[in-house]
Amino acid sequence: MSIRLGGIIAGLAITAVLVLWSLVPGAYNYAFGPAPEKQPSYAFYEHGEGPAGGFSFDGAFGKWDYAQLQRGYQVYKEVCSACHSLKFVAFRNLQELGYTEAEVDAEAKSWTVPGIDPNTGETTTRPGMPTDYFPMPFANNIAAAAANNNAIPPDLSLMTKARHDGSNYVYALLTGYTEPDAEKAAKVGFETPLGLYFNKHFPNVNIAMAPPLAVDGQVTYADGTEATIPQMSADVAAFLTWTAEPSLVQRKQTGWWVIGFLLFATVLAFLSYKQIWAGLKPKKG
Amino acid sequence: MSFAWAKQYEPQTALTKWLDEKLPFPRLVYNAVGAGYPVPRNLNYMWNFGVLAGFCLMIQIVTGVVLAMHYAANAQVAFGTVEHIMRNVNYGWMLRYAHANGASFFFIVIYLHIFRGFFYSSYKAPREMIWLLGVVIFLLMMATAFMGYVLPWGQMSFWGAQVITGLFSAIPLVGEPLQVWLLGGFAPDNAALNRFFSLHFLLPFVIAGVVILHIWALHIPGSSNPTGVEVKQESDTVPFHPYYTAKDGFGLGVFLILFTFMVFFLPNALGHPDNYIEANPLSTPAHIVPEWYFLPFYAILRAFTGDFGIPFTDVVLIPAKLLGVIAMFASILVWFILPWLDKSPVRSGHYRPLFRKFFWVLVIDMAVLTYCGGAPAEEPFVIISQIATAYYFLHFLVILPIVSQIEVPKPLPFSITEAVLGKDKAAEAPRAGTAQGGDAGSLPDGSLQPAE
Amino acid sequence: MAIDTAASSELSTQDGVRRRDWIHIAALSTAGVGGASLLFPLVSQMAPSKDVLAASSTDVDVGAIQPGQSIKTTFRKQPLFVKRLTPEEIAAAKADDAVDMRDPATLASRTKEGHEDILITMGVCTHLGCVPLGAAEGENKGEFGGYFCPCHGSHYDVAGRIRKGPAPLNLMVPEYSFSSDTVVRVG
Repeated sequence: MSIRLGGIIAGLAITAVLVLWSLVPGAYNYAFGPAPEKQPSYAFYEHGEGPAGGFSFDGAFGKWDYAQLQRGYQVYKEVCSACHSLKFVAFRNLQELGYTEAEVDAEAKSWTVPGIDPNTGETTTRPGMPTDYFPMPFANNIAAAAANNNAIPPDLSLMTKARHDGSNYVYALLTGYTEPDAEKAAKVGFETPLGLYFNKHFPNVNIAMAPPLAVDGQVTYADGTEATIPQMSADVAAFLTWTAEPSLVQRKQTGWWVIGFLLFATVLAFLSYKQIWAGLKPKKG
Repeated sequence: MSFAWAKQYEPQTALTKWLDEKLPFPRLVYNAVGAGYPVPRNLNYMWNFGVLAGFCLMIQIVTGVVLAMHYAANAQVAFGTVEHIMRNVNYGWMLRYAHANGASFFFIVIYLHIFRGFFYSSYKAPREMIWLLGVVIFLLMMATAFMGYVLPWGQMSFWGAQVITGLFSAIPLVGEPLQVWLLGGFAPDNAALNRFFSLHFLLPFVIAGVVILHIWALHIPGSSNPTGVEVKQESDTVPFHPYYTAKDGFGLGVFLILFTFMVFFLPNALGHPDNYIEANPLSTPAHIVPEWYFLPFYAILRAFTGDFGIPFTDVVLIPAKLLGVIAMFASILVWFILPWLDKSPVRSGHYRPLFRKFFWVLVIDMAVLTYCGGAPAEEPFVIISQIATAYYFLHFLVILPIVSQIEVPKPLPFSITEAVLGKDKAAEAPRAGTAQGGDAGSLPDGSLQPAE
Repeated sequence: MAIDTAASSELSTQDGVRRRDWIHIAALSTAGVGGASLLFPLVSQMAPSKDVLAASSTDVDVGAIQPGQSIKTTFRKQPLFVKRLTPEEIAAAKADDAVDMRDPATLASRTKEGHEDILITMGVCTHLGCVPLGAAEGENKGEFGGYFCPCHGSHYDVAGRIRKGPAPLNLMVPEYSFSSDTVVRVG
């Protein structure tokens, strides 16, 4: 009895403290206090959609479009890699995009990676080898910030997993550089700060990255695909999906086998269970 | 313990006879989860989750031990070694996703197991010890899961470590030094990461030990059942094997289908994208949230927004931060006294009309708390979580004791056999005892006979 | 949930027996197959990971090695000895080609045609894996002027062949090829 009495008293006390000291002042403030000010930029944010028709790897049966991944790699190499690293990906991984071993060797050689002079021990540079990882465009974060108006370009290896709905987000961001609605901007006094760029799909709409894909045909695709901005954006978004999760397609394919097997096993387990219980003869007491 | 009619283990071969003399392990298994354990015949699917929880623990230990072979607990490389597991280690992605989603599924199973206990009052005498050990397991699980989430050393890992150890800084006088001691520094770094890894490896085995105690305690009174009427006779029970091994086997299959679906098709759906950004001590993510299974308690933590003091003065008796921390811990510790708060002689919610209504309110309340815990700390979520928090404490501390006092339970079946078959010859014998008031724990089973 | 006792008891005693057994055996063996296939990822995760396998080739520049000199480099995280033999050493090695050895091999079989003076071997004693001496200036080259493993006293000759001591095999010659006159790709 005493536990219950103590419990009731404690319960009422906790509730009283919560209601009188937190809920009531909060509710009063919410009802009569000043409305919390929202940054004017929120009014300009638009949720971004992926490319029309989606990506080839979407869905439970998704597959890589290797031609697209190769195009996306070209965009990364010719555009993004000037500022963004890809530190968890090695050149040898490119073989998974459908390149031959010799092509990967040649591709690796076309990159310059940090090395050590075997005679003097001094740091130097050398052509890449398949086992090397993609080089960092800046020596360190301080150098990266100094060269980019204090904004450090993030590593892109995991970008599509580090953002909600990442593949579509990358696509939307790259195609989201527009001008804000002038009338609306004038009304709320919104202005993109100096050195930043307006992007309606970036969470606070002011992004430090200048439009990386500014004109159609910025990249000349080897397979003759027309390099429009949406095309390049979709290609590089697909490539970055691969860098973030190289096992994506293998994972889904393995999943079907596993689930198929488990369905089969579960049906058997169910039949076995029903058989055993069907044989249960009630023993009259 | 066992019922008088429990089957006895009889070794058949020379080897098992020899083993039975030297180390009667097969006998132990036979009596624990074999034909030697008589179980009520009327258990529904909600009774699958104990076995499933044990299975989850095994998944986590096996995948965890394997992941530890490739992981390095050092702030410089931890994030990279996780990526190494995902990219280079053979089937590393599968093992890591199984481990990460395994934690979520462990909590799903445990929550269902706990709410089964709430509805059927499994915590009541004579099963209080099972319940208390279960709450201990839950607390150990929370600690283990939290420390495991720190190991990938992503942004959520880092800031989770910062915020959760920050809870301890709310304690008066010793709080700040305690946080520094817990972290081994002024911010999460190598020292914290290493000790979290060490404890994350150790605690699952402690959990396994408490699970053995939990099962041991279970075998003293035997399993409860959906009617809440205790086992009276042999016809009330069936041997655990093959009846419930077969049923649990089927349940396991269903569980594995759901689990593997998440692992192979939506492996990151229950995680947070920010944890794929390497820890950065200089920048907090815009919206930090714990893993989903902590959200109800996180909502309770955040519900206390005002300092408790003397109104219209500046005197603060308990600051809001400390209130939140106390409430969060109290919200779980209250489960420890639950067997003594609810004194209804009837166990099962099926026969308790009023209790049952409040049970479903509690379920909704927990869902609301979960949602609010994941929402940003803005109105109206703050007010909603405050109301839900108030209900949470009122439910356990005020409503349950009162309901158990005033409620008129529905008539109980005479026995499990009667509940299952609609008739029980033993029931023809004169019935004695009613279900009003009384102390169920101290009375023999007769006290749990139907009110007529 | 009442169980239809009459029907179920009949089923189990008459025609149900064989079907029931079949289902239990099938269910249990399927579970066994599932459990066994779980072992596959658990076992294979301990095999070398992709980055380890990829790092299994090394380029060595042999142009700067003077006759009689050796360099130590690494191949698969193990020491690799690259030695340029002097004409006298080549002659001595060839002279021993026909001698009775534990692991008979000719100098020609242990070098590449046209590059008979370049001997590339693993620096791993075939006895228990110590690193033999003899690759660096002034080290003990053993009784046969090649390599000497101090752990248990294995003597290798100038061609890296085991001549005395407990080691069972000659120093291993890894797979390699000359990508140019002076650069060797090992692996």
